[in-house]
Amino acid sequence: MTEYISANELEAQAKKEFDEIEQKIKAAPLSPKDRMAIPLQEMPVAEPKKRAREMGEVALGYTKEMAINEANRCLQCKNEPCVAGCPVGIAIPQFIAEIQKGDFKSAVDTIKLTNLLPAICGRVCPQEKQCQKECTVGKIHKTVDKAVSIGRLERFVADWERTHNKTTLPAVAKATGKKVAVVGSGPAGLTVAADCARAGHDVTVFDAFHKAGGVMLYGIPEFRLPKDIVAKEVENLKKMGVKFEMNFLVGRTDTLDQLLTEKGFDAAFIGTGAGLPKFLNIPGENLIGVFSANEYLSRANLMKAYMKGTADTPYYEAKNVIVVGGGNVAMDAARMALRLGAEHVSIVYRRTRDEMPARKEEVGHAEEEGVEFRFLENPIEVLGIESEDKALNGRVRGIKALRYELGEPDASGRRSPVAIPGSEHEIPCDAVIVALGNGSNPLLVRTTPGLDADKHGHIVVDDKQATSKTKVWAGGDIVLGAATVILAMGEGRKAAASINEYLAG
Amino acid sequence: MFKILEKREISAGVYYMKFEAPEIARNRKAGQFVIVQLDTDYGERVPLTIADANAEEGWVVLVFQAVGATTYKLAQKKTGDSIAAVLGPLGNPSVIEKRDGPVVVVGGGFGVAPCYPIVQALKAAGNKVIMIIGARNKDLLIFVDEMKKVADEVIVMTDDGSAGRQGLVTVPLDELCKSQTPPAEVIAIGPPIMMKFAAKTTEKYNIPTVVSLNTIMIDGTGMCGGCRVTVGDETKFVCVDGPDFDAHKVDWDNMMMRMGTFKAQEQEDFHKCKLESVIEQKA
Repeated sequence: MTEYISANELEAQAKKEFDEIEQKIKAAPLSPKDRMAIPLQEMPVAEPKKRAREMGEVALGYTKEMAINEANRCLQCKNEPCVAGCPVGIAIPQFIAEIQKGDFKSAVDTIKLTNLLPAICGRVCPQEKQCQKECTVGKIHKTVDKAVSIGRLERFVADWERTHNKTTLPAVAKATGKKVAVVGSGPAGLTVAADCARAGHDVTVFDAFHKAGGVMLYGIPEFRLPKDIVAKEVENLKKMGVKFEMNFLVGRTDTLDQLLTEKGFDAAFIGTGAGLPKFLNIPGENLIGVFSANEYLSRANLMKAYMKGTADTPYYEAKNVIVVGGGNVAMDAARMALRLGAEHVSIVYRRTRDEMPARKEEVGHAEEEGVEFRFLENPIEVLGIESEDKALNGRVRGIKALRYELGEPDASGRRSPVAIPGSEHEIPCDAVIVALGNGSNPLLVRTTPGLDADKHGHIVVDDKQATSKTKVWAGGDIVLGAATVILAMGEGRKAAASINEYLAG
Repeated sequence: MFKILEKREISAGVYYMKFEAPEIARNRKAGQFVIVQLDTDYGERVPLTIADANAEEGWVVLVFQAVGATTYKLAQKKTGDSIAAVLGPLGNPSVIEKRDGPVVVVGGGFGVAPCYPIVQALKAAGNKVIMIIGARNKDLLIFVDEMKKVADEVIVMTDDGSAGRQGLVTVPLDELCKSQTPPAEVIAIGPPIMMKFAAKTTEKYNIPTVVSLNTIMIDGTGMCGGCRVTVGDETKFVCVDGPDFDAHKVDWDNMMMRMGTFKAQEQEDFHKCKLESVIEQKA
């Protein structure tokens, strides 16, 4: 765990560094050696113990000086390895060069040529596994942790544009009269909507929820991604002429075929995501106080249950919470539990810290906030209270767990956990949140004849995201399985290009 | 927005509400439900079963009891007002087939209303339908005249004997099960405890029995599992696997227990919104 440095201290430090660099530049342009000597600009964050009880955003964003300092670390490599690491191929060295010059508007416009949601991606992308993984600066320092903070810079210029009211809408081509239906308003769907609208098509986005944004609204918490940022992006799409039909479940309210025939859509994109929560399949999982992370987070995020007294949706009041799983969703759920008043939150994960799929940064934030990690443990049963008192009976009182050790690496190179016989033990808790990932919702495939899916329910597509059904494309988690916001957007981008090509033909 | 075309109290605390919803009316089938939300910023999402609908005229009817914050606020709405959000039709339609023998439909309390489209569909499929309606007393009986128009036979039961026969719905159900022409199928909709005992009654005679469950829901589309129940030895989601299930396989005690998950919070909210309405009336 790194030591906490306050935002004020970081800001003062960055100013000092900024002045030094400016002096240097006055004498001569920065050499690669000068650039390599600039320290990585840490992201200011809210004070851990305080923020753990509040819903406000944890990462506070760069100041202007921090952004320019960080941008100056970029070597402007001619071969641009970072761009290849970005699923939507943002012109990274170019936008960073614009930040170096202090031209933030040009920087954000450059990003928006390929990514319409930089304020979101800058916050939630796992950059250390994508663009920053390929960064030359990180390679020279021999750690991805020292790569240029591309994500933080992307976020900075997007926030700068929004908070300075500099947002300009992308140009929209002359109306073609062609209608495109987008099913699902998550990152994949919003990307397709934007790209098809830019091409001049009449786009309608359908979503079962009452607000657009998909996982960016119901899943990722306010403290990682403020909801007004998502709402702003949706507003921008509306200004581009995209229509939104909320409270509309395609497959039930209308089938996909009804949209294509009766409602006259010329093409459709399916971006319904992976929203079917996996459960433990162990005794006691239906006791009171066991929640899927989807339910727990939806209540808090989408339904605003944390605004007790204002929101009608309740959340489950628990003091001692166990979260099962090791991904980002598990981190989100654990940190949310703290914010909903839990005194003690533990993450139970059957492998070790090294195998955790969650981002290192999120794990670090959770740890700073006081989340306890229990590795090499896994529940085999959820235990409930047995009581004459109806208000208590059936409520969770703990889990029975086994201890594990890591066995030999499997075919994929990952070491599988092996249960240690006789290691049963109880861990008390009053709520269990299951964050074991999501499967794909079968509704749309089931109600759409001719739409092929694999045995996991993932829709089968070709290299242009086209499905087995004519006029229908798909992308994002419904194709990939639970993946990332940016991968969903990358697929959306490909699908939109293919749809636009088809509608032009 | 979904405009309310007609609203009336049909028994103490039970309301009939007809509203414009052409998209839902067009595709809905017997047994399906909707999710209603009164305010898209802070309102909760509550599931209510469709009691009637008309595709040509584009309306849907809900019958609900004011039991919690949202249904209480919904009950305050007047004809001409609007509902902010209605999602549907949701869930699998009821399986309606021509049976070799009478089909008995059992409705308890305001659960009689969602039986109405099912009885209509059963009749349309050529079945003989016997409807058993149960309520605590005669003032709580609903849909009796409507049912008399569609069912072949209507048996009314009240706990206190103030209308029809005195006793629980399980009494005539048991009689029918052991009669010369036992039901080929039984469908029960109502309070969980009624459905549980209807299931226990027919189980003795091995008569296929279907219940429509109404558990806690959020999205109603299968993405959270808040509505899950144990059926057989499996976990099922009421919103996408149901709402209809084999009554003899439902773990009733677990289901009823789970429905009490947020009891304390719900009572607090209900109390608060009742207070608010008193304050509004005085102002």
